[in-house]
Amino acid sequence: MNSSGVLKSSSSELDLDRPNIEDYLPSGAAIQQEPRGKLRLHDLLDISPTLSEAAGAIVDDSFTRCFKSNPPEPWNWNIYLFPLWCFGVFARYLIIFPTRVLVLTIGWIIFLSSFIPVHFLLKGHDKLRRSIERSLVEMICSFFVASWTGVVRYHGPRPSRRPKQVFVANHTSMIDFIVLEQMTAFAVIMQKHPGWVGLLQSTILESVGCIWFNRSEAKDREIVARKLREHVQGADNNPLLIFPEGTCVNNHYTVMFKKGAFELGCTVCPVAIKYNKIFVDAFWNSRKQSFTKHLLQLMTSWAVVCDVWYLEPQNLKPGETPIEFAERVRDIISTRAGLKMVPWDGYLKYSRPSPKHRERNIGS
Amino acid sequence: MGSASSMLTQYDIEEVQEHCNHLFSQQEIVCLYERFCQLDRNAKGFISSDEFLSIPEFVMNPLSQRLLKMVDGLNFKDFVAFLSAFSTKAGTHQKVELIFKVYDSDRNGKVSFKDILEVLKDLSGSYMSDDQREEVLGQVLKEAGYSKDCYLTLDDFIKVLGHSGVKMDVEVPVD
Repeated sequence: MNSSGVLKSSSSELDLDRPNIEDYLPSGAAIQQEPRGKLRLHDLLDISPTLSEAAGAIVDDSFTRCFKSNPPEPWNWNIYLFPLWCFGVFARYLIIFPTRVLVLTIGWIIFLSSFIPVHFLLKGHDKLRRSIERSLVEMICSFFVASWTGVVRYHGPRPSRRPKQVFVANHTSMIDFIVLEQMTAFAVIMQKHPGWVGLLQSTILESVGCIWFNRSEAKDREIVARKLREHVQGADNNPLLIFPEGTCVNNHYTVMFKKGAFELGCTVCPVAIKYNKIFVDAFWNSRKQSFTKHLLQLMTSWAVVCDVWYLEPQNLKPGETPIEFAERVRDIISTRAGLKMVPWDGYLKYSRPSPKHRERNIGS
Repeated sequence: MGSASSMLTQYDIEEVQEHCNHLFSQQEIVCLYERFCQLDRNAKGFISSDEFLSIPEFVMNPLSQRLLKMVDGLNFKDFVAFLSAFSTKAGTHQKVELIFKVYDSDRNGKVSFKDILEVLKDLSGSYMSDDQREEVLGQVLKEAGYSKDCYLTLDDFIKVLGHSGVKMDVEVPVD
């Protein structure tokens, strides 16, 4: 039996972004039907392939794996390793951490004392004001990175400020944005967060240009798409950075990219980020920790080590759909950063697959 | 891991292994335990339906609701015992018994025409009409020597499915 085409829904957020999921899903045949007459009771009653798949999903599934944060292995089990580790804890919490907090505070003081005057006094001179604000945002991000002793290696040509281009990157934590921002002031599209992060978003990030969205609002999509398009057309705007996965993934896998960034009719520049877990796991497991806790964890570790690759800009090939384009770029990023691709929509973290998806699986 | 007893002792492992008739190796049981703790988010000691339904791959399976009824609320020992039917070491009889239980949703020990129709409906969804399904099933049952009104027991299932073996295996990923 062949599945009869793609079932579409306009209200669910989950389906339009997905290319031919039948190609990815294991092809457990629902009914092994041979030409009529040869169908035996044995074939009809034998549901073992489907049951095996279900049990397989219970035992291990690729989606949960994407969000699994591996707890660091303790190494202090020894008579001489334990005091060494204690010394490390002492150094990290009582010496390094206060120093970092100090550095960060100084950074914020410098930033705010420059940003606020510039923002209000240079109201008339937009171009100059924006250029200074950009440098200041880059500076405060450098301070943030310094506060975790970030060892970031950038590879590839630095992003250029040209119109009609967007940058896409894989997403592990909100610090991705800070790591990238310290090199180039990007405009960004983000989920509106509560708390102090939200405050930062609405004040400082406004100056580099930000687009908000709300995951839970389905209608939001069209508005956001329009805002994206407007931003990209503007010659003066900062280059736009988008995380098409839509959610934080644990830096071993990539989930499917949302096609929004790929149908703006402009060049897409992929950026791959890979964190080295040697001192700390930079994956922000938003189910387990708040962002503040996550930052504190980073600040009490020895260092955050990562690699950033700016990859070759890609354009939509003739005859390619935006979804295929998204998958192609995802492949480029995953290969570069050594991540495995899984065919799941990141938003499944927040909601269940609709019954329509089950329909699609039947009969394939 | 955050669960009440996140470390399995050797005694625990052996007890679980005993309970599942040694169909899983000790290492597989340790891995299954890690998986169990991963799914059981608040360390209640069992996995609720909700937590099973957070596995997209599971939700998309047409038989997920039926399996869910069988696996919902099981503690770890019973969870392993349930999954042991999928072990490569499990015998055909055990596998057929599981299949029988999936069909026999009202647990009365007999599978009726209607029961089989229901499972077929889950599997074939909107691709066949109810009438088509009835027709096909009626025909196939007749060919095998059963009428529409008779009930199939476990022995019948074993007779039909058992002789050619049932391939229903799941590998436990052991890192």
